Amino acid sequence: MGRERLERYSLLGPENQAAVQAGLAGGAWFRSAVPRNRMKELMRRSDYPAVRDTAIWIGLIALSAGLGITFWTVWHSWWAVPFFLAYGLLYGSTSDSRWHEAGHGTAFRTRWMDEGLYQLASFMIMRDPTTWRWSHTRHHTDTLIVGRDPEIAVMRPARLAKLLANLIGLVDVPMAFALMFRHAAGRLTATEADYVPETERARVYRSARINLVIYAATIALAAGLGSWLPVVLIGGPRLYGACLFYIYGFTQHAGLGENVLDHRLNTRTVTMCAVNRFLYWNMNYHVEHHMFPMVPYYRLPELHEEISRDCAPAYPSLWAAYKEIIPAILRQLTDQEYYVRRELLPGAAPFNQPTAASDGRARPLTGVTAV
Amino acid sequence: MTQWIAACEAGHIDPEDVVPFTHDGHDYAIYRSPGDVYYATDGHCTHERTLLCDGLVEGGIIECPKHNGRFDYTSGKALGAPVLDDIRTYPAKVVDGTVYIEVG
Repeated sequence: MGRERLERYSLLGPENQAAVQAGLAGGAWFRSAVPRNRMKELMRRSDYPAVRDTAIWIGLIALSAGLGITFWTVWHSWWAVPFFLAYGLLYGSTSDSRWHEAGHGTAFRTRWMDEGLYQLASFMIMRDPTTWRWSHTRHHTDTLIVGRDPEIAVMRPARLAKLLANLIGLVDVPMAFALMFRHAAGRLTATEADYVPETERARVYRSARINLVIYAATIALAAGLGSWLPVVLIGGPRLYGACLFYIYGFTQHAGLGENVLDHRLNTRTVTMCAVNRFLYWNMNYHVEHHMFPMVPYYRLPELHEEISRDCAPAYPSLWAAYKEIIPAILRQLTDQEYYVRRELLPGAAPFNQPTAASDGRARPLTGVTAV
Repeated sequence: MTQWIAACEAGHIDPEDVVPFTHDGHDYAIYRSPGDVYYATDGHCTHERTLLCDGLVEGGIIECPKHNGRFDYTSGKALGAPVLDDIRTYPAKVVDGTVYIEVG
């Protein structure tokens, strides 16, 4: 089952071409009707919210690191631990949402600010900024299209051991280093070659070499000082601070429809408290984000109100989302056609389901052709 | 052989905005800059053929609504990933309140 599953989701497997032939690749996705002038308002950017939020974010990172270092080195106190834990979560988890928003170029009005934050957050979350930019581009073109989307986090059936181990980065971090070495040697994986254009590849190799130098210097410093502190501060948080990254991230698509052309069938919007929304930079409004990726994170609550008539009600909490996600994932271990299909509100635009193949069950597509 | 064709009323485009125009089965995007100069490009993004008329115009830049790829619509220059290929531009002019573009 393991090999079959990986082959099915692989961009190099038969489902890739089958999705193209079935008309699911690069398909026409549903979008709620939003008047042009209103959409222009929602897309319009300002530097202020992201500058404010980034200053707070970096300030919290510096504060937690400073207090952790002080408690540990000056007073040799275990009171350092909660501060390092906070630092780890800010570094190893919340960098994901900064990576995401800045990668879309929607956080700031000023372009170099987006690019600067993107490079920083890519380093923190251990993603190559170029390959992941293209990976995420494909994710938006073919969201949860089997064999096309390289960012399907929870397959059917789920790789439970991997998902659990990744709560402390035990799979993704070694893979990130393996990729760094491969890229530094001037090579991409075959999967990456499917979505990274030739002209972009030199950037990949360059950033991998820079990152490896930084990590080598960190390890050398740790060895020189005879202290774990440099590793706790650089790189280590991607392990001990990763759990929130996955806890937030699984809410986006896990257990929902695959091979659909309507984000209301494969994406989840979860209502979160102000603290979680700050940490996650409003990525909890994920249906809205996928439907209109141009809208900056700080306007997503307004977009949510604008299109709520067309959407199933948002999940009221993380807890509510996981009460659905965990049973769905467990059921998919034995029933791979099962998925959570939400009910739309009366009067909502019907689901966009142009072909039988796009009903969410993600049956094998071999032999299916577009109508 | 090129020809000037009427695309739309100049006043129907807001400043710093874009509208779609189709002629002979070909999609175009017609822009009005913040300085009230009119421009025209192909209607689809060179990356994945998304219609640019749903995108965001900021100054002299159009941003694709699907993947946020950006073009300088005055020159057609692609401004970075995920758009790598420039977009074709067309001469545009306003005569008696109508925007004309030169195609062919």
